Amino acid sequence: MRTETMTLNMGPQHPSTHGVLRVVLELDGETVVRAKPIIGYLHTGMEKQAEYKTYTQSIPQTDRMDYLAPMSNNLGLCLAAEKLVGIEAPARAQAIRVLLTELTRISSHCVWLGTHALDIGAMTVFFYCFREREKVLSIYDQVCGARMTASYFRVGGLSADIPAGLLDRCQKFVDEMPAHADEYERLLSKNPIWLARTKGVAPLSAQQAIAMGATGPILRGSGVGWDLRKTEPYCGYDGYDFDVPVGANGDAYDRYMVRVQEIRQSTRISGQAIRKIRELGERGEYRLRDFKYVVPPKEEVKTSMEALIHHFKIVAHGFFPPVGEAYQAIEAPKGELGFYFVSDGTPRPWRMKVRAPSFVNLQTLPTMIEGRLVADVITAIGSLDIVLGEIDR
Amino acid sequence: MALTPERVEQRLRERFPEVPFERQEGSAVRDHTLYLPADRLVEVCTFLRDDSELQFALLSWVGGVDWLPREPRFEVVYHLLSIEHACRFVLKVRVPEAEPRVPSVTGVWPTANWHERETYDFYGIVFDGHPDLTRILLPDDWQGWPLRKDSPLGYQEVAFTHNTPGRSVPAPDLTRLKPKKVKYRAH
Repeated sequence: MRTETMTLNMGPQHPSTHGVLRVVLELDGETVVRAKPIIGYLHTGMEKQAEYKTYTQSIPQTDRMDYLAPMSNNLGLCLAAEKLVGIEAPARAQAIRVLLTELTRISSHCVWLGTHALDIGAMTVFFYCFREREKVLSIYDQVCGARMTASYFRVGGLSADIPAGLLDRCQKFVDEMPAHADEYERLLSKNPIWLARTKGVAPLSAQQAIAMGATGPILRGSGVGWDLRKTEPYCGYDGYDFDVPVGANGDAYDRYMVRVQEIRQSTRISGQAIRKIRELGERGEYRLRDFKYVVPPKEEVKTSMEALIHHFKIVAHGFFPPVGEAYQAIEAPKGELGFYFVSDGTPRPWRMKVRAPSFVNLQTLPTMIEGRLVADVITAIGSLDIVLGEIDR
Repeated sequence: MALTPERVEQRLRERFPEVPFERQEGSAVRDHTLYLPADRLVEVCTFLRDDSELQFALLSWVGGVDWLPREPRFEVVYHLLSIEHACRFVLKVRVPEAEPRVPSVTGVWPTANWHERETYDFYGIVFDGHPDLTRILLPDDWQGWPLRKDSPLGYQEVAFTHNTPGRSVPAPDLTRLKPKKVKYRAH
């Protein structure tokens, strides 16, 4: 009997592709022979646009890359620009950055867990996860007035000080969160259906993961304990006490476990960051006082001529970084998020390159699913935790 | 002893004495960067990956830079990461505008596949030996290389059927559309 393979188009409008991912699948019955992800449906030329904007003006763009973790993207850009210029934000600002990016990680992982579980049939988890995500979004709202497009960090610090009462609210969230993580685990970790759908599914060996450039929970799920917060600490992460969860088999279940444990670790870090901020003062220094690069505080602009001049210079022209280039990577919820700036000495970058973790991690998809069943494709895409806004930029 | 970029450079110069490596100068070049000629790229990369003292097993990313009007016009940047030794290293290759070709490193690091496609997509730099060098982020029928400095940012006329030559449907004759006559009555 003659048989032939069938080519099936999955996406770009498919609920489990998490956006506008298209995967062309070549199927032999229920088995995937070949898979080719096709991307670019959300491409908006952010790297090109950045060449026409000042460094500060690019910050709102970064919110729209990984829109589930806007603060991490802001941080990546700010740290890269700070590295290029050669400045560092004050300790208190760094602690606030740590607090907010760890909350971001929790919210990003909550969205991931909810949607991933929904994709493979566990609907309840979704409602639980979005409940906690909502709390983080309201914290964002209180901090900067926006729930998703934060744009809160600036080169050299923050755009404004944290509002009064924020730390109490964060503390309440941090106190509650471990119990919620227990809830998620009670729903999934020993659930036989969940185990059947994720154990041994979409495996990736450590060697494959490294060769494909995977980072973040994908790499750690495959058993490589590589976390930039530990290995290349930024924002004073070396002063925090936390563990790096690592998987063993590199399957979808291990990636799930790594992320759930990361929620717990992030809660731990957030608690320490809150203590650190309290030690440094509920209100206090939130931006570097180097007015060649950083806008002076608004109160000073109203009283000091010098501050007013600096304010106008930086707002109208932008700051002038030295001629050179810098690449800075951070551990975003999805993996290594890096910004690469080439400066020609003008206030606009000559080149901005974004190393988006989802873009690289998605490349591992064919390795994970070739030779396996169609139903596993959904699990594999879900366990990758991709955001198409970041992939296509 | 921790591996430093200086040690990596030293090791490369020992192993490839005939290759004219060139350290990128500049006080604000924050990462240790080494220029090398394109024809030795794959060889050097394979050594960086396999040498037990270096083990740059992970290619973080590949990207392009357009230096118009400088000649050679383009640069391709390779950011390497050694997980084993927690060390980063940057390689750069200069690419002339007349013949924008670089050997592909997909054979060394499979992850280079999409990075090189992206660089091709943005700058039109051809990676020799790449298994599938097609556009990745832009549509397949896109004309031009958008991240080149002589490529406009935007504000071009949007392509509709009536303003694009070669489209089969002719432009509607707007002059034939006459406004409806309306009679106004006083109430």
